[in-house]
Amino acid sequence: MLRHSFKLGAFALAVGLGAASLAAPALAQEKLKVGFIYVGPVGDFGWSYQHDVGRKAIEAAFPGKVETTFIENVPEADSERSIEQLARTGHKLIFTTSFGYMEPTLKVAKKYPNVMFEHATGYKRDKNVATYSAKFHEGRYIIGKIAGKMSKTGTIGYVGSMPIPEVIAGINAFYLGAKSVNPTIKIKIAWVNAWFDPGKEGDAAKALMDQGADIITQHTDSPAPLQQAAARGNLAFGQASDMTAFGPKNILTSIIDDWNPYYIERTRAMLEGKWASQDVFDGIAKGKVKMGPYVNMPDDVKKIAMETEEGIRTGKIDPFTCPVIAQDGKAVECKDGKLNDGQIAGMNFYVQGIEGTVPK
Amino acid sequence: MDMLPLILATIFTAATPLLIAALGEHVVERAGVLNLGVEGMMIVGAATGFAAAVLSDSSVFGLLAGALAGMALSAVFGVLVIFFATNQVATGLALTILGLGLAGLIGQNFVGQPRGAIAAIEIPLLKDIPVLGKAIFTGDPVFYLSLVLVALVAFGLNRTRIGLLLRAVGENHTSAHSLGLPVRRLRFWAILFGGLMAGLAGAYLSLIYTRFWSPGMSAGRGWIALALVVFAAGHVWRLVLGAYLFGGITVAQLHAQAGAIALPSQLLSALPYLMTIAALLVLSLSGRKGGGAAGSLGQPFVPER
Repeated sequence: MLRHSFKLGAFALAVGLGAASLAAPALAQEKLKVGFIYVGPVGDFGWSYQHDVGRKAIEAAFPGKVETTFIENVPEADSERSIEQLARTGHKLIFTTSFGYMEPTLKVAKKYPNVMFEHATGYKRDKNVATYSAKFHEGRYIIGKIAGKMSKTGTIGYVGSMPIPEVIAGINAFYLGAKSVNPTIKIKIAWVNAWFDPGKEGDAAKALMDQGADIITQHTDSPAPLQQAAARGNLAFGQASDMTAFGPKNILTSIIDDWNPYYIERTRAMLEGKWASQDVFDGIAKGKVKMGPYVNMPDDVKKIAMETEEGIRTGKIDPFTCPVIAQDGKAVECKDGKLNDGQIAGMNFYVQGIEGTVPK
Repeated sequence: MDMLPLILATIFTAATPLLIAALGEHVVERAGVLNLGVEGMMIVGAATGFAAAVLSDSSVFGLLAGALAGMALSAVFGVLVIFFATNQVATGLALTILGLGLAGLIGQNFVGQPRGAIAAIEIPLLKDIPVLGKAIFTGDPVFYLSLVLVALVAFGLNRTRIGLLLRAVGENHTSAHSLGLPVRRLRFWAILFGGLMAGLAGAYLSLIYTRFWSPGMSAGRGWIALALVVFAAGHVWRLVLGAYLFGGITVAQLHAQAGAIALPSQLLSALPYLMTIAALLVLSLSGRKGGGAAGSLGQPFVPER
């Protein structure tokens, strides 16, 4: 009996919901619902934080026309039901913002052909699934030049997260930038095997400084490496967001992810009915990668940094201009005078001059 | 060699939160209770400690508040497992999940706020000893406190009446009860002590180790502390050895990488757990039942009426 009444209740609920969704289109025409899935907490002060800044930018850009929702701390392996939940509740545009959401996004997208999906940093697309990423390595080329100029010991410490192509490309771009202004520069790398473990990131920075590095850079998400560098009076860079507060006298600049223009553009396309699946991989030129203020450096270094940034913006400078020589001494296959986007997005080798091997 | 004292100092800082949290759990397990909520109590200590330190502008107050927050959470665990005799494993796991969520809530207005360093204490004369002097005698106050706490716990458990009673309760709660010992009260106090230590370890993370608050910053250290207790197999001093060994491996592998020595860093990250398994194996082969754990560990106690 109990089970029966439960079924009955569920049926009534379903009917009710059905009625609600039938009534919904009239309302939906007035407001577009946009959903976001985050891998971390909004307060991680890095990756997820910046995506949420983008979400707020959408609301500010289309007042009264758009309604946004987000779900934070969604584990990659268990993301399907969160994505589906957004699709089911009338969201017509859904951004899934971590690499591991790739397959779940595609799966849900098949079930909801009228919902458009945008997956960050992935490579699989569908009619209603677009992908987007950013050329963070452009920013790393600039900070490489700054570090090459500013280092007194000639050794720079690099705190790495996971040995995936995006991070490897970042290390290479950084090193090439540093070498272009200081041919004898050395770079030491320590992997912490985590995106976010402040304690270990800080320990890695300390280990690198113990071994003679006087400038620290990082591809992990917390401000701990910058903070440890500041504690020893060394210089460092911010990552993902402007981290000035954690070492105002020791920070040189930050590489800032700015998703706002992209999120606004895609929402506009949706509102105007012009949305189509695509793959976008851009950086400084489109304002997706931004640089924080250049501080704590002499004017000539600042000038180099700004000129490099401008050169990348106008397309005159490319971090991976050929010849690009890999660690084994062979030149990387090259057309058009620079590596193409696919080669950068799949990079799995160090360039010549970097010591050590890419962890397997 | 100038590098060695620096490396040792890094190891001591990395090991101190592990040591403090493991010390608390050691006492809890001696009393026969298994609290798997160390990670949860630690992160709540980190959030509360940081928030309190920012609001009061005092790191000492922050450490105290963090410790008390860990204790408050352990009291929830204590009431459930002792007075309602709930399953200790399930309750402990729930405590970790609860703690992670609660910490996010407590710390939400404090994300991204930097804080200054707490002053190191330099001990005159002793700090001039070559290598070790600079590494050991220029540490932060909580580092010294952790060693004092180890000594106190070792003394308390082995040389005092209350320690003896606590161990008796842990070894066989039915016998202890029939002797008229207040089993549940003693266990509750042990759990509170464990929470106090886990909270202090958490506050150490957000106030000394890395001086900011961010959700998830304990990054599994509570679980390493639990592994340490197994590794120590009932000996307080082995906790110290284990903590410095675990901390040492982490720091050593970072140094090896920075020096471009090819070691599989993923494997080294897993080494603390592998060592724990190895320690369990050795204990098992040497014929000691239960790996040195208390006899009544993990079993709920319901007194007969």
